[in-house]
Amino acid sequence: MSEKILMCGNEAMAEAAIRAGMDAYFGYPITPQNEVTAYMARRMPEEGRVFVQSESEIAAINMVFGASAVGARTMTSSSSPGISLMQEGISYLAGARLPAVVVNIMRGGPGLGNIAPSQSDYFQATRGGGHGDYRTIVLAPASVQELVEMMYLAFDLADLYRVTVVILGDGFLGQMMEPVDLDKRPAPRDLPVKDWALTGADGRKQNIVRSLWLQDGVLEEINLELQATYRQIEANEVLCEHYGTEDADFVLVSYGIMSRIVRSAVRKARCEGIKAGWIRPITLWPFPYEQINAVADEPRIFLTVEMSYGQMLDDVKLAVAGKCPVLFYGRAGGAVPTVEEVLGQIKKLAVPVA
Amino acid sequence: MQTIFERTPTLKDCPTHYCPGCGHGIAHRLISEVIDELDITSRTIGIAPVGCAVLAYNYLDVDMIEVAHGRAPAVATGMKRVHPDKIIFSYQGDGDLASIGAGEILHAVHRAEHITVIFINNAVYGMTGGQMAPTTVEKQITQTTPRGRDHNNEGFPLQVSEILAVMPGTIYVERCSVSNPGQVRHTKKSIKHAFELQMKNAPGLSLVEILSPCPTYWRMSPSQAMEWIEEVMVKSFPLCCLKDLSQS
Repeated sequence: MSEKILMCGNEAMAEAAIRAGMDAYFGYPITPQNEVTAYMARRMPEEGRVFVQSESEIAAINMVFGASAVGARTMTSSSSPGISLMQEGISYLAGARLPAVVVNIMRGGPGLGNIAPSQSDYFQATRGGGHGDYRTIVLAPASVQELVEMMYLAFDLADLYRVTVVILGDGFLGQMMEPVDLDKRPAPRDLPVKDWALTGADGRKQNIVRSLWLQDGVLEEINLELQATYRQIEANEVLCEHYGTEDADFVLVSYGIMSRIVRSAVRKARCEGIKAGWIRPITLWPFPYEQINAVADEPRIFLTVEMSYGQMLDDVKLAVAGKCPVLFYGRAGGAVPTVEEVLGQIKKLAVPVA
Repeated sequence: MQTIFERTPTLKDCPTHYCPGCGHGIAHRLISEVIDELDITSRTIGIAPVGCAVLAYNYLDVDMIEVAHGRAPAVATGMKRVHPDKIIFSYQGDGDLASIGAGEILHAVHRAEHITVIFINNAVYGMTGGQMAPTTVEKQITQTTPRGRDHNNEGFPLQVSEILAVMPGTIYVERCSVSNPGQVRHTKKSIKHAFELQMKNAPGLSLVEILSPCPTYWRMSPSQAMEWIEEVMVKSFPLCCLKDLSQS
C-alpha cells in the first residue's frame, strides 16, 4: 500500500508535475500560489531539469511557448491577475498547436482584487481567454489528492491533443493541507511522437512552429482543424460526478472547492428529509452538457452555487436548455458561501408554496 | 567553367517579399552563410519576430518559430534552457526589440542567457506602414511623426545596444550596418563571432545590431537610403564594437 503524506495543495501539485515528467517550469511570484514556484526552484535543479523565475507572467508563458516548441513537457502557474497577462501567450500556444499546462490558483478580482480564494475566472478559463477561436481544457480539482492526479492527466491531455490544459484551482486548494498519495495516478495515455518539435533539422526537413497564415483560405482550414480537435475532446474527455440525482427535487451544481461545501449542505438536507442531489463538473471545458441535460429530463429545480456572481451558471442554463428552472447562489470577492447558507437556499426552495 | 560564387544552402532559393532596397535580404544571406560556414544547420533554431521579417522561416532553411511581438528573448530562454546544446538565435526588428519587447531583451541579458540576437534597426515600424519606432532619429518624418520626431514630444532615439552593453549579462555587443560592401563584410564577421561565442558556450548573450535601410518608409531610393544610414543614422547610432569580453 502506498503511503499518504500531508502536503499543501501547491506543493503537492508541484511534486506531481515533476513526477509527471515535466522538463521545464517557468513562473513569476504571485499569491496565493508562491509555494509552487518555491518548490520548483528547489526540486527542479535536483532532478537536473529547468527552473527559471521569469521577469513577468508574459515572459513566463513565452518561456513555456519556447520550451514546448522544442518538445519539452512544460508548465507555468499563477493566480488570476497573472493569468490575465498570460492570455496573449495562451492564444499563441493555441494557434501554434503547442501543448502546455497552466495552473490558475484563483484569487478575488477584478483588478488587483485580493488574495482570498475565488472562482471568478471561469469565463476566462472556459472561453479561451485570449483572442481567437480556441479552447483550453479546464480541469477543476476539489481536493489536494485530485490536484495531484489531475497534474498527470493534464500533461497527457496537453500532449495528446496539442492544447493548453488549465488546472483551475483556488486559494483554498493551493493553501490547504490534506493527506495525499503522490503515486496514485490515472492510467497513462498513448501519446503521439512530437515530430513537429524544433530540435534542429538534422537529417530531416525544416520544422516551423507558427500561427500566422496569410494566404487566402489557409487560416480557415487551420481553424477547422482546431475545431475538429475540440470536438474530439468534447466527445472523449468530459468528466463529472453526481449524487442523489435519481430522485432529487433539487439539484445543486458546483465545482472545485465549492462542491465540497455543497456536498455537506446536500447531506444535511437529506437528513432533514429534503430530496436534494448534486452534480459536479470535473472538466469545466469540455462541460458536461449532456450529463446535466439528462438529469433535467425530470421536473426539478437546479441551483448553481459558485464563488462568483454567476459564471458557470450560463453553462448550466445551456445544459438544462429550458427544461427546468436554474437558480443561482454565490458570493465572491473573498466571501465563501457556507454550508448553512447553501442549506438555507435549499430549504427556501423546499418550502411548499401556500 | 568554374563557379566562383553560389547561393549558400541555408538561404532558400526563392524570391522574398521584401521591398526593393530593403536590408533584410542582406541580413538573411549573411546569417545563412555564417550558419553554413560554421556547419550548424542541423542544430540551429531561429526565432522570427512580428514585423517585416515574420516570414523569415520562408527564407532560412533551419528549424524556426514565429513568436508574439517582442517576446523572442523569453521564447529563446525557454528553448536554450531545455536544449543548451542547440544554437538559438532571435531575429528582431527595432519595434519588436526596442519597444514592445524592451523588457524581454533586458531580462534575457539580465539572466545572461547564452543566446544570439540579431537586431535589425531600420528606425521605423515597416510592417504596419512606417510609424515611429523608439529608434526613429530626431527630425525623421514617419507616419506618426508627420512633422518630424521632436524630442520635446516623442523623446530621444533609444540606444538599446549601449544600454545592454553596460550590463554584465552581455558578452558581445556590436553595431554594424549594411550600407556599403565593406560594412556588409564586417557585419558578417560580427554575426559569425556572435554565433561562435554561443557555440563555445560563452557566458552571456551576444547581440549584433544592424543598421538597415527601409527605402519605402524613409521615402527614398535604395541608394539614398544607404547614404542616409551613413550620413544621418550613424549620428544617433554610431558604428562600433560596444563590448567584446571574448577579447579580454
